[in-house]
Amino acid sequence: MSNMRRVYLDNNASTPVLPQVLAAMRPYFGETFGNPSSIHHHGQETRAAVERARDSVARLFGCRASEVVFTSGGTEGDNLAIAGLVKAGDHIVSSSIEHHAVLNSCRHLEAFGCEVTYVPVDGRGLVDPGDLRRALRPTTKLISIMMANNETGVLQPVEEIGRIAAESDVYFHTDAVQAAGKVAVNVQNIGCDLLSISGHKMHAPQGAGALYVRKGTRLEPLFYGGRHERSRRAGTENVPGIVGLGKAADLALEALELGDEGNLAWLRDRLQQGILSQVDEAGVNGDGAPRVPNTTNIFFDHIDGEAMVIALDLKGLAISTGAACSSGALEPSHVLVAMGLPGDRARASIRFSLGKQNTAEDVEFALALVPETVSRLRELSPVYRRQTVSSNS
Amino acid sequence: MSGGVDSSTVAAMLRAEGHNVIGLTMQLWNQRRLAGQEGMPESVQGRCCSLDDVYDARRVAQHIGIPYYVVNHEERFERDVVRPFVNEYLSGRTPIPCSLCNNHLKFDQLLVVAQQIGADSVATGHYARVEYDQGVGRWLLKRPADESKDQTYFLFGLTQDQLSRTIFPLGGMTKPEVRELARRHGLALAEKPDSQEICFVPGGDYKRFLDAYLAEQGGALPDTAGELVTTSGEVIGEHNGIHNFTVGQRKGLGVATGSPLYVIQINGRDKQVVVGGAENLYSRTLRTRRVNLVAVNELRQPMRVGVKIRHRHVPAAAVLERISSDDGDDEILVTFDEPQRAITPGQAAVFYDGEVVVGGGWIAQPLAVPQ
Repeated sequence: MSNMRRVYLDNNASTPVLPQVLAAMRPYFGETFGNPSSIHHHGQETRAAVERARDSVARLFGCRASEVVFTSGGTEGDNLAIAGLVKAGDHIVSSSIEHHAVLNSCRHLEAFGCEVTYVPVDGRGLVDPGDLRRALRPTTKLISIMMANNETGVLQPVEEIGRIAAESDVYFHTDAVQAAGKVAVNVQNIGCDLLSISGHKMHAPQGAGALYVRKGTRLEPLFYGGRHERSRRAGTENVPGIVGLGKAADLALEALELGDEGNLAWLRDRLQQGILSQVDEAGVNGDGAPRVPNTTNIFFDHIDGEAMVIALDLKGLAISTGAACSSGALEPSHVLVAMGLPGDRARASIRFSLGKQNTAEDVEFALALVPETVSRLRELSPVYRRQTVSSNS
Repeated sequence: MSGGVDSSTVAAMLRAEGHNVIGLTMQLWNQRRLAGQEGMPESVQGRCCSLDDVYDARRVAQHIGIPYYVVNHEERFERDVVRPFVNEYLSGRTPIPCSLCNNHLKFDQLLVVAQQIGADSVATGHYARVEYDQGVGRWLLKRPADESKDQTYFLFGLTQDQLSRTIFPLGGMTKPEVRELARRHGLALAEKPDSQEICFVPGGDYKRFLDAYLAEQGGALPDTAGELVTTSGEVIGEHNGIHNFTVGQRKGLGVATGSPLYVIQINGRDKQVVVGGAENLYSRTLRTRRVNLVAVNELRQPMRVGVKIRHRHVPAAAVLERISSDDGDDEILVTFDEPQRAITPGQAAVFYDGEVVVGGGWIAQPLAVPQ
């Protein structure tokens, strides 16, 4: 079992740190170790590294370096953006398909006197900007709509939302955790005031992230302590993680300029078409909507997604039923349910997400396993058997 | 893998024997669901399906180096175990949820999962033995070496197909031996105490559970209050609901008489609780419904066996006879050599031929009040 071939197609859960990223980080675990706030040589070395990384992330965002706040990841960025901005009595507009980092921040604030409107999505998983506009009130302080959905990869019309926010003088936050490294995340084009990303979804390590905060946007910090990150995020910087995030941002920008996402999309489409051509009663969730190039979410009617994930893991293929944070939960995915999928179909849905390290051989490996596993699971499903027998008779 | 000593040791044993072992924990009930409601305790710890137990099971799997997964079957558990448990109490019977869980979850749903993920058999930490008998061509369920841990009473419902794909590696061991083996495998939970109660009923207080569950379902306990009557039909008082009683119970009847009174029978339809003297508790016969035969294919003629009418009961000598009921269910009439005390509808009657489980069924309401 230990020398079994393993293929990882769950890059929306986490990605491997790329070799160049690891190489950039390595000095900061040992020889270059100072506290960036220290006055001496050692502090100056790591301070310089942190600020170089800030420049890199600022280039990725298309913003000033002073507008980048380093965080521990996407969840912290979402919390800081939302809880740091709104006060009791404020109104927030968000959507029903946000990540739990946004949804649960909003729910928490509802208990403290904020009001939240969760706009719905259509069958493709898209928010209607018209709904958003209609949800605005005089008390609306913030719109928080994700850029790319973590389960389906569907890209929201963030530029249009940015225009609505600007016209209405409302702050706009977008959770771009699943967009960064896959599509451009230029804050000027998007027209957002706040944008959060996470390192480990773009080949940097876990535990590092960044939040774009447009100049002039005042945030109440989540932590109290020193004046790190211009008093927006107290706590000694995670220097190796920040250096890794900076390198990953450089690589992401380079890849976008070279058009590498076309390669990722080609692999994803090959996987998706290969599966759909071999398996009936299956389809793509979010079909017809623009999507990030690495993700496809496919329903296989009459199977139990949980059993599929286990069966494929035991054969060496890592995929998932949805958000890693929700695994082991009974409720079907809130994203798929919001798109109108019945519970059974939502529970029979599988997310495949590719990363820069994946190859055409990886896709062939998956194509050799998935159709066969689906038919085995269907044969063992009492519901499917009954249906097949009755349709044959 | 429940996160307890028994299933953890089974995993370690099979792994050491070189089997390709996959650890599975069934998430069956959300222990937080009713916490803090209707007088239920706020915190739940060290209970099956609690986060602590999943943590323990996962640590064992990591320690012995096997893949490990949690599979969620809360919906099925509620439908096939929790609701019947509640309904049985409201109908005046005393249920055994562990048998229902074995029949519908552990040896049904879990075997389906096993097949789906490509496993041949399911091994559990139950104390029982399974053997194939060439002579009769059947899989036998037998009592374990450690009779004090015997769990065959809860396993009588297993079908031949289920038994053929089930392994009970602890059947030949005593509990102290299992703990010793757990220590030798370096399992941190070797000293973890045994679980005692019904896993979804904290503190063993089923009445509080019924209240909290029904309240959560948007209902309330139906009014099952009624009369307390004697075996000769004389009304001697009132009671506050049939679910508060179980056959053989003495305390809490709320009537003062010269001689001690016991619950003899609970009549769900009339909401009557029949009480009488200790002598009325004894009966020589019982009927079982929804019978499952294990060691034999069918019961052609009367058969002499030992019968257990509750988990902690020494099998009593009896004769089994097949009878037909009005609704076509094949019932078995059990006639004991000696009258038995407090035969309780809703519990199981399990038939033994020495250490072999012949079969078993669910004890039905007696046709008449014992006089």
